[in-house]
Amino acid sequence: MRLGPVSLLVRTRALLTTLVLLGLVAVLAAYALSVGTFRLHVAEVVQILLGNGGGVGERIVMNIRLPRVLTGVFAGAALGASGAVFQSVSRNALGSPDVIGFTTGAATGAIAQIVIFGGSAVAVALSAVVTGLFTAAVVYLLASKGGGTGYRLILIGIGVGSILGALNGLMLVRGDLDDAISANLWLAGSLNARTWVHVWPVLVGVVVLVPLVAVLSRRLSMIEMGDDVARQLGVRVERTRLSAVFLAVLLAALATAAAGPIAFVALAAPQLYGRLARMSDLAVFGSASMGALLLIVADLTSQLLPLGLTLPIGRMTGIIGGIYLIWLLTRPRSV
Amino acid sequence: MTPPGHSEPSADVEPRLRADTVTLAYDGRTVSTDLSVSIPSGRFTVILGPNACGKTTLLRALARLLNPHGGQVVLDGKDIRRYPTKEVARRLGLLPQSSFAPFGISVADLVARGRFPHQRALQQWSQADDVAVTHAMQVTNVTELAERSVDELSGGQRQRVWLAMVLAQETPLLLLDEPTTFLDLAHQVDVLDLLDDLNRRDGRTVVIVLHDLNLAARACDRLVLLAEGRVAAAGAPAEVLRPDLLAATYRAAVEVLPSDGGPVIVPRF
Repeated sequence: MRLGPVSLLVRTRALLTTLVLLGLVAVLAAYALSVGTFRLHVAEVVQILLGNGGGVGERIVMNIRLPRVLTGVFAGAALGASGAVFQSVSRNALGSPDVIGFTTGAATGAIAQIVIFGGSAVAVALSAVVTGLFTAAVVYLLASKGGGTGYRLILIGIGVGSILGALNGLMLVRGDLDDAISANLWLAGSLNARTWVHVWPVLVGVVVLVPLVAVLSRRLSMIEMGDDVARQLGVRVERTRLSAVFLAVLLAALATAAAGPIAFVALAAPQLYGRLARMSDLAVFGSASMGALLLIVADLTSQLLPLGLTLPIGRMTGIIGGIYLIWLLTRPRSV
Repeated sequence: MTPPGHSEPSADVEPRLRADTVTLAYDGRTVSTDLSVSIPSGRFTVILGPNACGKTTLLRALARLLNPHGGQVVLDGKDIRRYPTKEVARRLGLLPQSSFAPFGISVADLVARGRFPHQRALQQWSQADDVAVTHAMQVTNVTELAERSVDELSGGQRQRVWLAMVLAQETPLLLLDEPTTFLDLAHQVDVLDLLDDLNRRDGRTVVIVLHDLNLAARACDRLVLLAEGRVAAAGAPAEVLRPDLLAATYRAAVEVLPSDGGPVIVPRF
């Protein structure tokens, strides 16, 4: 694509795929705003969003459903972009913030905040971000000590993640029952009862951080060919990788803070997008769109399933993602 | 730029790349101390030596992938560390021993990545990039594979694709670490022929690390023999491939037999 002196490498198929995904997200989001106990027509929803609403419908949409949908969309996008970075850095389809313990680390902070300090939603979100970053720093340092990334990063991440998982369980057992229940709900990953407090951090995070990650994405793609190959091509490998991992952890932690630890979106979104768009380059915007779509689909499915219960979305993505993972692992030469 | 041919001695020409009394170390383990090697411009140099003698370390230092603890690597008259990293990548290309092809990447896409040092954030593709990629695929004979996925290729094809990537970089200096490993005899000869072409026809300075003495003897016009991090000998193949020198360096008895294409080295049992 050329615009005067500016020429950007944009592949038609990738661009189309991303646009289609975004279109689907918009349609499903509008639909999600209309479903619930209080039925609304999609046209009414659109009117409300345009500021021509009023009454109960407007309050339901603006205060209950819109925060829920936006939390889902932006948390999904954050996870998708974050997963794309980690899969690139670890050169492995299993490298994703939920597999390598970062979301568990973020959960540790959130649970501690809920159970021990009884903090507000903002405090919970902040603690999740801080402990998520801290976990990432520990895993990254341990993994880079031997000079290697890739499998090493994943294995150490799984190790650290399971220690933190045990710690999380311990805090739940030791904590006050009411707190433990609300922590447990949070742990299941939920879009229920989201308010604008949950929306803003992850929304701003996605809007600011995803483009930053996209700027780094070409260099990250070079690093996938090996540190030496990238270095000889003129990429500052360590600096690029460190910045990208920092941004990706921040995104994953913000998503976790907003919606609880949501499994597999980060793992699956980049892979699914890569297959659809037939892209081998790191695709940040594409993966983010796919993440948003996955999460909104999971949320709608859990609301619409005639089970009489609203399944927490984290469990929903866990079920879908688990099936996907098994499929991925049983395919020849895919991991 | 007229390429100096093999026959014209160019020892008096200022080398574009040299290591100047460098001390090279990995994780505190010193590989070489005060090592000086110069790479004559427009020549085909092979770095030889027994296992663990510091061949790869030297090559990595020459390509600024490893910072020397002492001394400096000089590229075009200036310490290589004082160039912007992309500027180095426009003058010097390196094919390391290990590289990964991202899953599902096509041959054309991988080769195109060699253009990275010539591109900027807002100028990601140009006519020159197209020309360079097409040319690189042509000379390495991978044009028909352009749309294929790199994962599906044979070892020999894959090596040619990586070579094409480094060639697309269009650097006057080419450094390759064991480009013939894992290739059968015919493919080894193919790769060395190609490098010879690039050297003679395009006047590129080629430096490769090799294990095979006989291939080295035929491929290059200049040999650097390393032993325990020092230069044991450097010069024309006939000067370096002497039984006494080789025996001392490799700690193995060898016989050097003359032949039309250059000396042939056989171990003596």
